[in-house]
Amino acid sequence: MTTATPQTPALAIRDLSVYFGAPQVLKHISIDIAARAVTAIIGPSGCGKSTFLRSLNRMHELVPEARMTGDIRLFGDDIYARQIDPVIVRRRVGMVFQKSNPFPTMSIAENVTVGLKLNGMRNVSQLFERTEQALTMAALWDEVKDRLDAPAISLSGGQQQRLCIARALAMQPEVLLMDEPASALDPLATAKIEDLIMELKKDYTIVIVTHNMQQAARISDTTAFFYMGELVEFGVTAKIFTSPSKKQTEDYVTGRFG
Amino acid sequence: MQAATANAPNHVWRKCKNVIMQSLTFVCAILVITPLVMVFYHLVWQGFTSINWEFFTQLPKPTGETGGGIGNAIVGTFILLAEAALVGIPVGVLGGVYLSEYGSTRLNWAIRFAADILNGVPSITWGIVVYALMVVPMHGFSALAGGVVLGMMMIPLVMRTTEEVLQLVPNGYREAALALGIDKWKSIIQIVIPAALRGIVTGILLALARVAGETAPLMFTALGNQYWSHKLTEPMAALPLQIFNYAISPYDDWHRQAWAGALILLLLVLTTNVGVRFLARDRFAKRKH
Repeated sequence: MTTATPQTPALAIRDLSVYFGAPQVLKHISIDIAARAVTAIIGPSGCGKSTFLRSLNRMHELVPEARMTGDIRLFGDDIYARQIDPVIVRRRVGMVFQKSNPFPTMSIAENVTVGLKLNGMRNVSQLFERTEQALTMAALWDEVKDRLDAPAISLSGGQQQRLCIARALAMQPEVLLMDEPASALDPLATAKIEDLIMELKKDYTIVIVTHNMQQAARISDTTAFFYMGELVEFGVTAKIFTSPSKKQTEDYVTGRFG
Repeated sequence: MQAATANAPNHVWRKCKNVIMQSLTFVCAILVITPLVMVFYHLVWQGFTSINWEFFTQLPKPTGETGGGIGNAIVGTFILLAEAALVGIPVGVLGGVYLSEYGSTRLNWAIRFAADILNGVPSITWGIVVYALMVVPMHGFSALAGGVVLGMMMIPLVMRTTEEVLQLVPNGYREAALALGIDKWKSIIQIVIPAALRGIVTGILLALARVAGETAPLMFTALGNQYWSHKLTEPMAALPLQIFNYAISPYDDWHRQAWAGALILLLLVLTTNVGVRFLARDRFAKRKH
């Protein structure tokens, strides 16, 4: 297991607070997210973990009246700097959602390339190369290589979610955010996604929100426990799950509340 | 539970009421389709014999002569509908996109409210407005004014249906597109609209079918024409106008032609409606696989 902060963190979050109108959903969060490692975010529903994840690629701004204070740096770049367009941030920080959402009007291949095409890539061979690369990384290539033109919605639920991962990977993001990516899948499909995450962390920085304690324990290097918008504890996963320093953390990971 | 026998008469009366209510609702349901059957029967009965090749291709004959057709009115209706589509579709669809994808709650409320009121504005009022706005300044009735008035009537219809079907597109697709770093307007054009395209097209076709039969607004704008005319700056014949003129005339032959014209108009609207059903069903079938 890697330590919490091996070198430069991929994301350095300092004193992050997020408000949706008057209510404050995140309170003064400071964390360093290590590069090429898996960071799990755990906590009961409504604790702000999804908001935290979304603040990392500025997706929380879709909520009207959302505002934030604090500082988030992606490999040193301030992603909330005045001149930075959130669209640029999202190209560098990809995201996979809880419910698989491949675009229904597009084929498997089109789903993978849509981000690249709409960002101006026209070269057909280059696009195909990136398709194969992304689908291979998402462990889906062998299953779909003979039917790339089939509608994306003809795939099974687990395959659709891996397609969504491939779609995000095709943009070659620096960080991949995953919001409960396996919570709607059966155990076999979940296991595949987990294997995939372990594989992906060799190249990518992954931040994953999960409700599944075992999953967090299995796949993450570091874990952050959120409660009521506050960061209760953050540290090496093994320590969080075996000898947490806070009573609240222990109660949560052992299933006494939440 | 107790005294079941004592309640027996009530029980019968309850069953009786049930039967009465059921019959009543059934009769009302039948009443809904009766006019359609009657209209269709009457039109076919009165109009079918007058429909022949000449009817579609010839100009109306002068008063007193029998025969002739309403080819110019059929062509005129299609030209007017094409103009209406040019006005109504872009404004209606883009307005619907604004309501669904952009816009603030308060402004949207005002726009929706205005559109709903416009949908209820009597068609003759539309006619007078466009008469004042276009016919008077341009010093004459014109096909242009006719197309514009029909297009204006389409706008609120198309806008509301477009908004509604766009709202049915799951938000997950919008989020997924934005999370890929795709600009919002590109994601709307490439992802959101295609997902709702069938619904949008359905709304457009229904709006076209709705304005195809409008008569009153055309009296103030396109006016009608006894001759072939393809000029948008001149009065143009249209099916509903021709039907109206023939129906109020004192000649039997013109009455027959009015029935036939009405039958053609009804078939046009009916075909569109059936086509829309087909589109909608196709989508359902596609969802299943």
